[in-house]
Amino acid sequence: MLIITRQQWLKIVNEAWRVYPLEACGLLLGSIDAESSTANVERFVPIDNAAASAKLYALEGSQFSKTALSADREGLEIVGVVHSHTHTRAYPSQTDVSEGTRPLVPPDWHWPILSLAGGFPELRSFQFDQKSDDKSSDSVGIVEEPIRFLE
Amino acid sequence: MSSVSVRLPTVMRPQANGESVVSAEGESVGDVLQNLVAEFPGLRENLLDDEGSVRKFVNIYVNDEDIRFMEKLETPVEGTDEVTILPAVAGG
Ligand SMILES: [Zn+2]
Repeated sequence: MLIITRQQWLKIVNEAWRVYPLEACGLLLGSIDAESSTANVERFVPIDNAAASAKLYALEGSQFSKTALSADREGLEIVGVVHSHTHTRAYPSQTDVSEGTRPLVPPDWHWPILSLAGGFPELRSFQFDQKSDDKSSDSVGIVEEPIRFLE
Repeated sequence: MSSVSVRLPTVMRPQANGESVVSAEGESVGDVLQNLVAEFPGLRENLLDDEGSVRKFVNIYVNDEDIRFMEKLETPVEGTDEVTILPAVAGG
C-alpha cells in the first residue's frame, strides 16, 4: 500500500502539469514497513527530468544525490519514485519495468504513476515483484497496490 | 593519501556492515572505489564489471557532481569530498 497526504499528492499533480507535455518525475521520501510492504510518503521532492521527454524520464543526478543525502540526514528513506505519463494510462511501461529492476534499484521501492492522458490526473501505484533467480523482464510481476489518501 | 567518505546506496549497505557512509582512501575516484571493494569485497559485484570499470546504470558523484561531467574515474578527491554511489533511475 502507498499512503500519501492530499497535500503531497497535489504537489505531484502540480509538478506534472508544470512540465506538461514532458514527463515529470521525483523522489518520494518517508518510511517503508517491510512486513506489510507499505510506503508512508512524507514528502514528494520534484527532480528535473534529465531526458526532457514526453516519453521518457531520468532523474537528474545532481538533484538525486542531494536529495539522497538530505534524506539520510533527516532519517527518511527514499520509498520510491513517481513519474507522470502524459499520453498513456497510469500503468508501467516496458521501460519502467526494465529500468526499475536494475541491480542497485531497491526492490522494495514503490512506483506510483500519475497519468494526465484522460484530461484529469489519475494516480495509481505499483511494485515490481522480481523472481530472484530469473533476471529477464518477462519474469517481473507488476503488482498494483492500493493508495490511501490522508487529509 | 587522503581518506574520503563514500555514501552507499541502500542496496549496498548490507555488504558494508550496514553502514550508509564508509571511508576509503585514494587520490582519485577510481582509487577510492578500488580501495572500497578491497575493504568490502561484497560491494564489487554491484559496482564493478569484470574489467574493473564502473557498471552501467551506476552513477558516481563527487559532492553531488556526476563524475561523467568531470574527469570520470580520474576525478581527483581530497579529504572533505564526499563520493556518492547511486543507481541511474529512469523509465518511460
Ligand atoms: Zn512510465
